[in-house]
Amino acid sequence: MADDRLIIAGQEFKSRLWVGTGKYKDFVETQKAIELSGADVVTVAVRRVNITDRSKENLLDYIDPKKYTILPNTAGCYTVEDALRYSRLARAAGVSDLVKLEVLGDERTLFPDTAGLIEAAKILIKEGFIVLPYTNDDPIVAQKLVDVGCPAVMPLAAPIGSGLGIRNPYNLKIIMEMIKVPIIVDAGVGTASDAAFAMELGADAVLMNTAIAGAQDPLAMAEAMKYAVHAGRLAYKAGRIPRKLYATASSPIEGML
Amino acid sequence: MDSAIQIYVNGQARAWRSGTTVADLLHDLDIKAERVAVELNLEILDRATLDQRLLNDGDRLEILGFIGGGSL
Repeated sequence: MADDRLIIAGQEFKSRLWVGTGKYKDFVETQKAIELSGADVVTVAVRRVNITDRSKENLLDYIDPKKYTILPNTAGCYTVEDALRYSRLARAAGVSDLVKLEVLGDERTLFPDTAGLIEAAKILIKEGFIVLPYTNDDPIVAQKLVDVGCPAVMPLAAPIGSGLGIRNPYNLKIIMEMIKVPIIVDAGVGTASDAAFAMELGADAVLMNTAIAGAQDPLAMAEAMKYAVHAGRLAYKAGRIPRKLYATASSPIEGML
Repeated sequence: MDSAIQIYVNGQARAWRSGTTVADLLHDLDIKAERVAVELNLEILDRATLDQRLLNDGDRLEILGFIGGGSL
């Protein structure tokens, strides 16, 4: 597996588990969980800084941008205009052209507005952004995102924060077979087996936040996810046996009495 | 001394002395410029020019940075 590298837009990633930094108890827990997860990509949100209380610590004091790839998202954006504005602000605040693009369509499901997503992606790519789009498990939309220049696609497994796991493995499998750029399964993972399943299907990476941060023991879950993603990747590369309805003995008949 | 201006920083009205640059304001607020994005009246400012951008009465300034987030 030494040569099993994930490369997106020329950048090489060591870990196939990417993690969000929201919902943790404090920055110390965030830092420990990320370290235990082995992730080298972390997502962050872009928000107004607190101008009245400057004693508040900064996330980047705990997550060293030299050690991790910081992937800003446009979480909370429901229009193309907002997603563009937040992407541009993220680039101005950070050091890279990477953005995890979200254009949400509905507050209850947080499902993506895929028409708005494609439109925003197109504009941002023209401005030199490296757009990683959070999208539905829709192969046609995934292809359209690639056609406008996205170097990877991030389909959901289930609604954000739902923990429902892989709701439509067949669509995800079709996306993985049809789409010739890395596929990062994003959102919906609930526990380690979900992450392993996504990787067994052929995902290039898995991105999660709530499954770790919301677990009763986030640090233990961070470690569980690291092994699950690794195991799932190994199993995918190993090639599973075909499913059969009836038994096949694994002990020889020869030599029996 | 009629040199006060009113500006809006992250939506809050603030009185400041005229002649203040964006870089001065960040310094006064104890904010490191290299960790934030600054938007002045909807224009995102280039970090290298913050010490040349004078603030005017009624300006709307937004200062944003990275916080913990997955998706929302």
